[in-house]
Amino acid sequence: MSDRVTVSKTYKLYLGGAFPRSESGRTYPVADSKGRFLANAAQASRKDLREAVVAARGAFGKWSGATAYNRGQVLYRVAELLEGRREQFADEVAAGEGVPAKRAQALVDAAVDRWVWYAGWTDKIATVLGAANPVAGPYFSFSVPEPTGVVGVLAPQRSSLLGLVSVLAPVLAVGATAVVVTSQDRPLPAITLSEVLATSDVPGGVVNLLTGHTAELAPWLAAHADVNALDLTGAPPELRVDLERSAAGTVKRVPRVPTTEPDWTERPDIARLRALVETKTVWHPMGV
Amino acid sequence: MTWEYAPAPESRAIANLKPSYRMFVDGEFVEGAGEPLKSVNPATEEVLAEVSTAGAGDVDRAVKAARRAHDKTWGRMPGTERAKYIFRIARMVAERARELAVLESLDNGKPIKESRDTDVPTAAAHFFYHAGWADKLDYAGLGPDPKPLGVAGQVIPWNFPLMMAAWKIAPALACGNTVVLKPAETTPLSALVLAEIIQQAELPPGVVNIVPGAGDVGAELVNHPGVNKVAFTGSTEVGKVIQSALAGTGKKLTLELGGKAANIVFDDAPLDQAVEGIVNGIFFNQGHVCCAGSRLLLQESIAEEFLAKLHARVSTLRVGDPLDKNTDVGAINSRDQLTKIQDLVASGEQEGAERWSSPCPLPDKGFFFAPTVFAGVTQSMRIAREEIFGPVLSVLTFRTPDEALAKANNTPYGLSAGVWTEKGSRILWMADRLRAGVVWANTFNRFDPTAPFGGYQESGFGREGGRAGLEAYLDV
Repeated sequence: MSDRVTVSKTYKLYLGGAFPRSESGRTYPVADSKGRFLANAAQASRKDLREAVVAARGAFGKWSGATAYNRGQVLYRVAELLEGRREQFADEVAAGEGVPAKRAQALVDAAVDRWVWYAGWTDKIATVLGAANPVAGPYFSFSVPEPTGVVGVLAPQRSSLLGLVSVLAPVLAVGATAVVVTSQDRPLPAITLSEVLATSDVPGGVVNLLTGHTAELAPWLAAHADVNALDLTGAPPELRVDLERSAAGTVKRVPRVPTTEPDWTERPDIARLRALVETKTVWHPMGV
Repeated sequence: MTWEYAPAPESRAIANLKPSYRMFVDGEFVEGAGEPLKSVNPATEEVLAEVSTAGAGDVDRAVKAARRAHDKTWGRMPGTERAKYIFRIARMVAERARELAVLESLDNGKPIKESRDTDVPTAAAHFFYHAGWADKLDYAGLGPDPKPLGVAGQVIPWNFPLMMAAWKIAPALACGNTVVLKPAETTPLSALVLAEIIQQAELPPGVVNIVPGAGDVGAELVNHPGVNKVAFTGSTEVGKVIQSALAGTGKKLTLELGGKAANIVFDDAPLDQAVEGIVNGIFFNQGHVCCAGSRLLLQESIAEEFLAKLHARVSTLRVGDPLDKNTDVGAINSRDQLTKIQDLVASGEQEGAERWSSPCPLPDKGFFFAPTVFAGVTQSMRIAREEIFGPVLSVLTFRTPDEALAKANNTPYGLSAGVWTEKGSRILWMADRLRAGVVWANTFNRFDPTAPFGGYQESGFGREGGRAGLEAYLDV
């Protein structure tokens, strides 16, 4: 055991590509699975959330307009950096989720692999979900999937990294941008993930991660008029119906997600990708 | 010299209009417990027929019949067999096309040339297209052996009564669901003739149930706990109420709501062709179209010339008897809708837009509104923001493609858009950036069962048509 005093990290929000404290100046203590203090996390406010939506909307044009190949490379780059930080993530997952070191490592490995899986989807979604429409007339008609816009994500409460990656990566793969409220009690891997995102090539604002109290932030996210879709995976069960109701105020897409947290190690399908795209049909006459 | 058109009316006898129509539940036509409604011909204000409506217990009976049919017959039937039933419907709609077209024009007020050439053929095509999917769902890309959801509760609007019924019923049946459908209060007749066809096609009882009535019947239907899937086409206002009411129920929902589409004309567009497209975009079906091109965005350099051509062309539109084959613009569907249009037009005048209305003669009775074009419209005006759902066009101008795009996308809606230019790269650039579910380039208002249709943002979610449309009716 070394005598050296370690340098501990101040955990902050990830907002518009920067790492601010909450404008409210609030923090809350984060404990490990045994209740021992780990760190103070920023407790994001309504105003932080609104700033995050502004950042996500601002980043949407460039990210959705990037070529699918480019998005795939950027996301793959994130996986490369995740791989390099496996140890750090494993420590954080083990501490926060209270799983043995070996299990934590397996979860981190699965998270990296999950990210790679989605990175490979960027340039295949249109092939799989798009169509050439054989219309009955002299027209060329085709349909393409497009990102729905800004996606509000209430990240899983239990699975702090693999669960988070499983809900965030599909948002990015389709070309949408995200405002994520992290697991309330297990936020640290999310913040470390934001450091990975900041040092990869994901443009600032494409992902915004807010730590804090889910029940405080979720209603503002659900009601925000500039949010196009709402993922309720990590919603407090008692708030879920209210949040869905609130989302109806601007006809948000609310993907059908399980009411209890699923086993994230199971092989994913493309349901999350499908839920976050809009099909656009384009017509043009044919003739000479 | 000018040659006047002689009237060429279609015979109303062809509609086989009956004095009364009844609900269709569990394979039988039955009296509903509700107060019967009177369906009115909006072109003459005469009562066409009395229609029984769903009252206490009727929706419940219909949903239970649909559940039985789903569990005992339709949901278990091999797709190849389901397909043949749906093909039968397609054929019988086509066989009775002329009757259905006349009936639709009588009940809705739309010109016979539109019900004859668009509504009825498109309805038949939707059944024909989806029939073929019934035994091929494994190939829809939604996973192996996709299952139906169960009972679909469907509520449709009055603007395309038969066509909307087909858009709703055909995919639901193809995917193995059973249906309880509520037609619009002002246009229930064609859906009940469709029920007759469904009966003659010998579909098992309860597979399709039609329950006429007003909004309260629709609310009861979508909120019924026995319904697994809700599909609604109508106003954004009601769509939000439904989405909110369904929160937490786990029912799968698709919404096809309002729109405020931009139709964008660049200076290099073939102007005469574009004029035709703009006219079709807003005056087709009296502008009672959710995807109507109700905002015309003109590039500044051609605005004056284009407006003059547009006025000249709109002046030639013949407004009047929906059954006259020469009629271009028929009757506004109801007095309520006419009042709404008049209110919004008044707001346009008050807010300073320049109104021009066609000098065309209007019939003495019935609900009619002269095709109207507002110039000098700014983005903050109500006529630029709100769906009018009538023959009223708001004209704005722009200088650059970026400005056109910003103005086109400056709406909470996102159903459709139009682009008129000879430059291919510009079409694709615009199509890529317009936030709308359908983009028509150098054309407008094209519909086909193979081409997915539906909105972005507050124009709703889910698609109708194509492979994408199947997702709405499968448990995937």
